[in-house]
Amino acid sequence: MRLTSPVSPRLPMSAFVLLTVMTALRILSRNRLRAGLTMLGIVIGVGAVIAMVSIGQGARAAVQAQVASMGTNVIVIMPGSTTVSGVRGGQGGAVTLTINDATELKKRSPLLSDTGWAKRDVMQIVNGNRNWNGPVNGVSPSYLTIRDWSFTSGGPFTEADMESAARVALIGQTTLENLFDPGEEAMGATIRIKNVPFQIVGVLAPKGQSAQGTDQDDVMFIPFTTGERKVFGSQFLGSVGALFASTDQSADLPEAVEHIRETLRARHRLGPDQADDFTIRTQVDIGKVQESTSQTLTVMLFAIASVSLLVGGIGIMNILLVSVTERTKEIGVRMAVGAKRIHILTQFLIEAMTLSLFGGLIGVIVGIVGAQLTTLIAGWPTMISAEAILTAFLFSLAVGLFFGLYPANKAARLNPIEALRYE
Amino acid sequence: MAPLIVCEDLWKIYRIGDVEVQALRGVNLTIERGEFVAIMGTSGSGKSTLMNLLGCLDQPSRGRYQLDGLDVSTAKPDLLADLRNRQIGFVFQNFNLIPRTSALENAQLPLFYRGGSIKEQRRQAAAALQRVGLAGREQHYPAQLSGGQQQRVAIARALVGAPSILFADEPTGNLDTVSSREIMDILEQLNRDDGITIILVTHEPDIAAYASRELVMKDGQIVQDVRRAPHLSGVT
Ligand SMILES: Nc1ncnc2c1ncn2[C@@H]1O[C@H](COP(=O)(O)OP(=O)(O)OP(=O)(O)O)[C@@H](O)[C@H]1O
Ligand SMILES: [Mg+2]
Repeated sequence: MRLTSPVSPRLPMSAFVLLTVMTALRILSRNRLRAGLTMLGIVIGVGAVIAMVSIGQGARAAVQAQVASMGTNVIVIMPGSTTVSGVRGGQGGAVTLTINDATELKKRSPLLSDTGWAKRDVMQIVNGNRNWNGPVNGVSPSYLTIRDWSFTSGGPFTEADMESAARVALIGQTTLENLFDPGEEAMGATIRIKNVPFQIVGVLAPKGQSAQGTDQDDVMFIPFTTGERKVFGSQFLGSVGALFASTDQSADLPEAVEHIRETLRARHRLGPDQADDFTIRTQVDIGKVQESTSQTLTVMLFAIASVSLLVGGIGIMNILLVSVTERTKEIGVRMAVGAKRIHILTQFLIEAMTLSLFGGLIGVIVGIVGAQLTTLIAGWPTMISAEAILTAFLFSLAVGLFFGLYPANKAARLNPIEALRYE
Repeated sequence: MAPLIVCEDLWKIYRIGDVEVQALRGVNLTIERGEFVAIMGTSGSGKSTLMNLLGCLDQPSRGRYQLDGLDVSTAKPDLLADLRNRQIGFVFQNFNLIPRTSALENAQLPLFYRGGSIKEQRRQAAAALQRVGLAGREQHYPAQLSGGQQQRVAIARALVGAPSILFADEPTGNLDTVSSREIMDILEQLNRDDGITIILVTHEPDIAAYASRELVMKDGQIVQDVRRAPHLSGVT
């Protein structure tokens, strides 16, 4: 006969865990409807988590792309003041910004690496027998660098073109598609704006939608001077639609904004109790709008996710308590043949986690489909990441573990004799 | 070498509300290795209570119980579980198989909690089933087996871990005479060929006749303890 040594409660072996998982699957497949209903909360919860994360990430990615399309570390200064509600007033009325402001800013603030300016108007553009009403921007060459425009062919116009008010133009993808036949060469072609002929010297690379949802590729750039003298017909020479500036470091943006504000206020002779007659915006402000909308949705989904996971967890706990009661005798038998508390505990925890993981798996599918439907129906950008799926899985696992603990512990603490006697 | 089982002044007292039931009242008992013991006595005399204590399923209210030289009267639950797993096999009146689980898996259960390779566990469980004459029934569920066959699965489960003692509480209580004989023949064989100590509770004298020692209980005490020549098949 072997001598019995007091065995310390070892962690269950992998073979034990494997067989227990298989047993759990068998037991759950016996009660498919019950298991399915129990999992529903987890399915919805995990689905919401996935949808939440992918909408959040999609929105963030979209904002990043839009900020990037704007150019890095860009400051936009527009005429007109900002009211409390954030709406600019007085725009287009008083002429408040000029080219002189831009050159002065560059001189005064060492933080600004470059300044540029632009003025825009919607014009009729004609190519042969085709025409298109689209925005035409008269810009300084520096504007193109600040806004980070690149070219699929050709290149930007130069300072010399500015000085001579050359009739050259850069064309955006949307404008090009509307003015030229597919395959027709745009480079070097001559188009007419307000009957003034312009030669196309550059085709711009596409940028997509802006943060405000406008098509940034529906555009045409001409030298500012040419626009001012030959196309727009300004009353005040030197007045601009907007000023642009950039810094080398994004950390310098807040300070640069303050410099600009002070300089412009001084130049415009604004008293201490007068509001700014211009509005300064940076990439940070532009991201905000989009983010706040997607945040509302995220908060909503977070609420749905937490409530469903809670309800799902309670469902799992409930079904496990029923299962422990139904299988009291089985627990007694297992204990009689040598199951330790840790074995019984593990068995029911594994059952709980199998339930919640299955729920999680279905939830992931529901979440992915939900996110894609969101993109399809609402046009929200979504991004499904491995990170989101992993998070959801960990969540469902944690829910199973947490809510399984009480019933599993209840089973493990049964007295073997009482469990065996249970009818 | 110490005797396998030594009980000194074993008491078991149940309390239900204000009522106190003395199920065991000072049992003294020594059982040597290889004995085949039958416990008889009227209903409620404490036979099952004693079996459960000896089988480490329960613990005494008072007194000392040494199993194989180890004092288990105050042992922790996990040590008791380990003893049940390695030293002890149980056969119950109502079989107590896990429903909707194959005969093989039922027989495998003690090894499952002992650990080790699944393949080896299966092999041993199949061997145990063969031993009790159930070769070919490995994949049957309990509900697909007769009472006698179910009890044989239970015996396979009890012997699969090569225990020192096998406890059988009225193992033939739910069976007809033919099945009872088959079960008793298996137990007798395990005692004779494998030297497994067998402790059996029964109400039937012809079942008790298989044993080499007969205890009679009354009101929670052993009132009679008789050793006799081993049973010769065909007494009935
Ligand atoms: N869990 C319990 N709670 C209260 N009293 C109990 C409990 N278990 C047993 N008893 C009491 O202890 C006494 C002995 O019971 P036990 O089951 O040991 O009798 P037994 O000899 O096995 O009877 P039977 O031949 O009917 O199986 C009985 O009076 C019974 O009512
Ligand atoms: Mg009894």
